[in-house]
Amino acid sequence: MSRQYVIRRMLIAIPSLLGISVILFTILAMAPGDPFEELATNPAIPPEVRQALRTKFGLDDPVWQRYLHWLSAMVQGDWGFSFQSRMDVDTLILQRLPVTLIVIGASQILAISVAIPVGVLAAIRPYSVFDQVASTFAMIGFSLPTFFTGLVLILIFSIQLDWLPFVYRADIHATGWAFYWEHLKQSIMPVVVLGLAQAGTLVRFMRSSVLDVIRLDYVTTARSKGIGERKVIVKHVVRNALIPVVTLVFLQLPAVFGGAIVTEQIFRVPGIGSLLIAAILANDTPVVMGVTFVIACLVVLFNLIADILYGWLDPRISFR
Amino acid sequence: MAETLLDIRGLKTWFKTEDGMVRAVDGVDLRIDRGETVGVVGESGCGKTVTARSVLKLIDMPPGRFEAGTILWQGRDLIPLDQDEMNQIRAREIAIIFQEPMTSLNPVYTVGDQIAEVIALHQKLSPKQAMAGAAEMLRLVNIPNPQKRVHDYPHQFSGGMRQRVMIAMALSCQPKLLIADEPTTALDVTIQAQILELMQEMKEKFGMAIMLITHAMGVVAETCQRVTVMYAGKVVEEAPVEALFGDPRHPYTQGLIRSIPRIDRAVSRQARLESIQGTVPSLLNPPPGCRFAARCRFATDVCTQAMPPLKEVAPGHRVACVL
Repeated sequence: MSRQYVIRRMLIAIPSLLGISVILFTILAMAPGDPFEELATNPAIPPEVRQALRTKFGLDDPVWQRYLHWLSAMVQGDWGFSFQSRMDVDTLILQRLPVTLIVIGASQILAISVAIPVGVLAAIRPYSVFDQVASTFAMIGFSLPTFFTGLVLILIFSIQLDWLPFVYRADIHATGWAFYWEHLKQSIMPVVVLGLAQAGTLVRFMRSSVLDVIRLDYVTTARSKGIGERKVIVKHVVRNALIPVVTLVFLQLPAVFGGAIVTEQIFRVPGIGSLLIAAILANDTPVVMGVTFVIACLVVLFNLIADILYGWLDPRISFR
Repeated sequence: MAETLLDIRGLKTWFKTEDGMVRAVDGVDLRIDRGETVGVVGESGCGKTVTARSVLKLIDMPPGRFEAGTILWQGRDLIPLDQDEMNQIRAREIAIIFQEPMTSLNPVYTVGDQIAEVIALHQKLSPKQAMAGAAEMLRLVNIPNPQKRVHDYPHQFSGGMRQRVMIAMALSCQPKLLIADEPTTALDVTIQAQILELMQEMKEKFGMAIMLITHAMGVVAETCQRVTVMYAGKVVEEAPVEALFGDPRHPYTQGLIRSIPRIDRAVSRQARLESIQGTVPSLLNPPPGCRFAARCRFATDVCTQAMPPLKEVAPGHRVACVL
């Protein structure tokens, strides 16, 4: 894998991010409402002041002018100012982003580390009891929406058993191990809810992928070499079966971000998902723009990682 | 008499399907002596491949299962052996190459890795020594620039080259028997000749026996000492190669030989190449009697009563026909 390839891919990402930002900006501009809407109903503020504020922030300029203005500021590192929180958008996002990335990252790791072994074991003995049980749970996993499983978990583990907190707190006053323990405890439910929903789909996909590979000629060749069955599966089947699964994992990431927004609402996780919802409700356009743009960047980045992973898994793909 | 390596007796490998039991191999006898080349011929679906894979127990069970018979390898029955015991025999004593070189190698590992895997496993060598052994094997099968080519992936080789790689892999532990399951069917004619020549050369070098499965009678005539003809899961005739071509007894064998295109026969508009009429019967619940009866021009009432057993008509020449 060459460094040139990665650099070239990053250069290609620039026009697509520009395109995404144009679309986002236009849609937000077309949406009704703006940050000063609430001022209209406030009798203490005369219409002239409101108009002056609008002019000051350039809200009455044509869309393309506002976009160019936003873009040039963005390039210089100025992401705008949140009307709601009274702080810079980039500081706001940087405060919230790590929590979201940790929750999503942990849930993906959980999903993958559950789904791959379960999918492989189910495929090795198709229609066995294990396979039936795994398939049933996978079906449940991807049929139930996260807001439902989230509430069920809260009912069981927070209210009935009182083991886990159901509100995620950013201000934990413990230090040392207690600090990490509290964080772990409050992360378990959001991570499990997101991870298991994802694992359901992955199990089904991994199972069918392994079933496709396991009957191929080169697997018979591997068996004819006198290699133990376990090694045949791990070395000759799983690696080949992973190639399409990698596609799925990365294609689903935008959906996972969507799921994270809902899950963050349920557990009150102070991530960018809840920031986005709050910003939309408050018509806080710069924040909405910033958050959606960050998510777009992450999706583009994950696509690049997917392509690099392909090349590592499958030598037939060359980086040109 | 030469030492017997492989002695298959009354082997029945059946497959359970939704429609019933498919009797893919239904009572096959086959003997291979040390250092000899035995051809197994017959048309598609006659059980050649299933017989070959049964020897190494590469049949998926279920749906397949051994219904009856023994597979004696140097006097020891392979059928009751478990996976670990079979893995001591696979590659080390009996190796196999397949019909489709394009799909028989794992696309995500270099050919060197795949050959070295066998060497390291059976000869207890370090990865580095095994890789050197892999390069040496590639040199033996006449792949140019072997030191460099070991690090290439299968997709960087042509079909003929991949079959050479398969042969190199199969021979890397110097097995006593090489099962070649239609090794040239998927290759074009000039490459076929090269691969057969290579197998012959390797045989002289390593002295292994070869079980050559094919439907090309020409290949059989050129390379084999003895031939077993299969039809619909059963052996219909077995004979030394000269006897089989000089004096074929079974109507099916006669038909196979007549359907070889001959360059020394005058071709006229009227004289078309002969073929055997009809198709292979279903192996699902076959009727009693000779399986070939429906296509046989000599068939009588006797033929549909019971399958005639193999009987010796000349030394080493056995045929299953009432004629």
